Amino acid sequence: MRYPDGVVPAKTPGGRGGPPVAYVNARLLDPASNLDALGGMVVRNGQVAEIGAHLAAAGALAAAGPAGIETIDCGGMCLAPGLVDMRVQLREPGEEHKETISTASEAAAVGGITTMVALPNTRPAIDDAALVESVARLARETSLVRVHTYAAVTRGLNGKEMTEFGLLAAAGALGFTDATHAVADPQLLRRALSYARTFGKAIIQHPEEPILSRGAMNEGELSTRLGIPGSPAMAEIIQIERDIRIAELTGGRLHFSNVTTAQGLAAIRNAKARGLAITCDTAPHYFALNEMALSDYRTFAKVSPPLRSEDDRRAVIEALKDGTIDAIASDHSPHDQDSKRLPLAQAAFGTVGLETLLPIVLELVHNKQLGLLEALAKITSAPAALLGLKEGRLAKGLAADFVVFDPAAPWKIEAKRLQSKSKNSAFDDRLVQGRVLRTVAAGIPIHIAS
Amino acid sequence: MSQSVFPVGRLRLRHLLGIEGLSAEEITLLLDLSESYVEQNRARGGKSSLLRGRTIINLFFENSTRTRTSFELAGKRLGGDVVNMSAEVSSIKKGETLMDTAVTMNAMLPDVLIVRHPDSGAVKLLSEKVDCAVINAGDGTHEHPTQALLDALAIRRHKKRLQGLLVAICGDILHSRVARSNIHLLATMGARVRVVGPPTLMPTAIARMGVEVFHDMRKGLEGVDIVMMLRLQTERMQGNFVPSVREYFRHYGLDYEKLSVAKPDALIMHPGPMNRGVEIDSEVADDVDRSLIREQVEMGVAVRMACLDLLTRNLVSNTGGAT
Repeated sequence: MRYPDGVVPAKTPGGRGGPPVAYVNARLLDPASNLDALGGMVVRNGQVAEIGAHLAAAGALAAAGPAGIETIDCGGMCLAPGLVDMRVQLREPGEEHKETISTASEAAAVGGITTMVALPNTRPAIDDAALVESVARLARETSLVRVHTYAAVTRGLNGKEMTEFGLLAAAGALGFTDATHAVADPQLLRRALSYARTFGKAIIQHPEEPILSRGAMNEGELSTRLGIPGSPAMAEIIQIERDIRIAELTGGRLHFSNVTTAQGLAAIRNAKARGLAITCDTAPHYFALNEMALSDYRTFAKVSPPLRSEDDRRAVIEALKDGTIDAIASDHSPHDQDSKRLPLAQAAFGTVGLETLLPIVLELVHNKQLGLLEALAKITSAPAALLGLKEGRLAKGLAADFVVFDPAAPWKIEAKRLQSKSKNSAFDDRLVQGRVLRTVAAGIPIHIAS
Repeated sequence: MSQSVFPVGRLRLRHLLGIEGLSAEEITLLLDLSESYVEQNRARGGKSSLLRGRTIINLFFENSTRTRTSFELAGKRLGGDVVNMSAEVSSIKKGETLMDTAVTMNAMLPDVLIVRHPDSGAVKLLSEKVDCAVINAGDGTHEHPTQALLDALAIRRHKKRLQGLLVAICGDILHSRVARSNIHLLATMGARVRVVGPPTLMPTAIARMGVEVFHDMRKGLEGVDIVMMLRLQTERMQGNFVPSVREYFRHYGLDYEKLSVAKPDALIMHPGPMNRGVEIDSEVADDVDRSLIREQVEMGVAVRMACLDLLTRNLVSNTGGAT
C-alpha cells in the first residue's frame, strides 16, 4: 500500500513500527460483532491492539497501554470498519484517462473505503494469473487502500473459453465474473459454476439477458416518450431465473450483482429459501434513484442495468431490509466527458460512486429503513464474508482499517469536486447527510477531512 | 380564412425542441400565424424582409430533402440568409463530436439553428451549447415538431377544428418521431388519437401517452375523421419487426377496402416519403378528394415560416445570439 504524501511508514503513529495511537470517545460500530457502544480503540503496528467500551475515556487508557500515548478524541462520532466495496471499475490498465488505481484509491479514501474489489474489465481484461499479480503490484505501489481483484470467467471477456480458474485463484482472484456482461451460454455457465466450486469461489453474474437488454434505459412510459430503445425489467428476471436453475444443477455458488427488479429479487428470495448458494448485491443508485433521473436525457444517470421504475426502487429497499440483498457495492464506473457528453443512446453506461457510497447508504438509516449497524453491515462485514476476506470488521489482532464519520453532517454532492479522475456522478447536486472525518488503513490515516 | 393582420404573440421558449410541453394557446398561435403565411405565399406578394440580416443554418446529420428544402424556402421567403450543412460534406464525417460541432456552429453566430439528428435527444443536447434559437427538425425517434404542426394546419383548414376529431395514426409507431409529436399535439388540442399497427412496431407503453391502441386496422379505422399513415422505417430496423413487406401491406397497408370503415369524408395524410405498395396503395395516395399529402408539403413551408418568425421575435438583435 502506498502512504499518503509519500510519508515513510516506519515511524508513523499507528502504523507498522510506529508508536501506538488511541482513538477515544468514539461510538464504536462493528456489525460483525453487533457492537454499538461508546468506547475506544488502541492501534498498534497497523493492527487493532485493544477495543471496547472500557476505553471510552482517555483516562482509562493507562490501564490498557503505556502512559502518554497519542490520543485522538473522536468527539462521540461513529467509528466503524473501513468500507469494503465489492464492485469497482479501476480502468487501469488500459483506460488511465478515465481513472487509475491511484486516483480511485484517493477517491476511496475520501469515501471511507479501505478495501476495493476490482472488476476484470480492464484492457487487457484480467484473465491471466500474471495480470492478477500485476494489478496487485500496481496497487502495492500506487494505492492508498487495499485492492483485490476478480478474474474474468472467459478469456478477454469473450463469453466463449473459460479462463484458468485454479491458477487465477492461486494468484489471488476473489471470484470470477465477466463484469458488465452476463455469461450468456448456459453450458459455459454450468461448467464455470461447477469448476469454480473446486476452488471455493463464486461466479459473479451481471443480471441481464444480453440480447433483450440492448436498450439505453428502462423500457416503459418514459422510454416511449423519449424515443429511446428500452431494456425491459424482464431481461433481468429471465437471466436471474435461468441462472438460479443452472446453479441448482451444479451446486455452485452464484452471486448476482446490481439487482434492480422486484421480480428478480423475488426469484432470489425464493432460491435462498430453498437453501441454494445464491447471494446478491445492489448499488446505491438502484435504491436512491429511479428512471425519472433520465427524463432530461441525462446521460450521467445511464447505468447498467438501467434505473428502474419507482415500484422496483421500493422493492430493492424491501429486499435490503429482509436480507435478500446481502451487500451494497458502489459499482464505481468512471467515464470521461467524451464518453458521456453524447446523445443518450450513444453514451457510456455507469456512474462514479466511491465518494458517495456512505452518504447514500446512510439515507436508508435517516429514512428509518435500516438500522445503522444493519446498513453498515451491507458495506463492511457482509461483502467481506461473501468474498472470504478478513476485512470489514473491528477486532483485536485484525488490521486497523476503519472510518470515523459524522452520520448527520449535511453536505451537497458536487461532481466537479470529486477526487475521482472522472466526474460522471448520477448524484450531482444531491443533498446528503453523513460525512467521513477520517479514514485509516493499516493504522495510518489516509484521509482527514479539512 | 384570410387574415390581413398577422397574429401577435410570443412563445415562452427560446427553442422549439418538441411539441411536448407546448400549451394549446401556443400551438394555436403557431397555427394562426402559419395560416397567414399560407395566404401570403399563395398571393406571391414578393419576399418579406422580416428576417433580413438574420442567419439561419440548416444542420442535417441525417439525409433529408423535403424537410431541409422546406426550411430553406421558409427562411428565404422571410428574407433571411440560409446556409445548408449536411453530415456528408462536413467534418462530422471526420469524427468531430456533436459537442464540437455545436461549439463550431455557435462561433459562426447564427440566429437560428435548424437541426436534424439520428439520435433521440441530440438536438436538445446541442441546444444547451449554443446561444441562438434551435428548431428540432427531427431527432431520432423522439420528436418532429414542425411536422406535427403542418399536419394540424392541414387538418384544421379542412375540418375547421381539431377538438373532438378522431384521428388514426397507422403503421410504424415505434420508430416514428412524427407519431410522437402528433400524439402530443392532437391530445393537447382535444382530438382523440388511435394508434394502429402490429404490436412489434408499437412502443410497449404507448397507451400511457393517452391513445387507444389497435392491432386490427379494420377496427382501428372505424369512424375516424383522419387517417395518418406512417412510413415503414426499414432503415431504423435491426431484426425482425415484420416478416415481409407483402404481409405488412396485406394487414396494414391503406387501401380503399380498409378505408371503407372510416367516415365517408375521412382524409388521408402521409408525412412522406411514401413507400407505395408498402404502407399505402397508390390509388388512395393520389385520390385528390381524400388525400392531403400534397397540401401537407405546402403547409410545411408556412409552418416553418411561422416558427422562424416566432422564435426570432424572442431574439434581441440581429447580430447573432439571444440573451
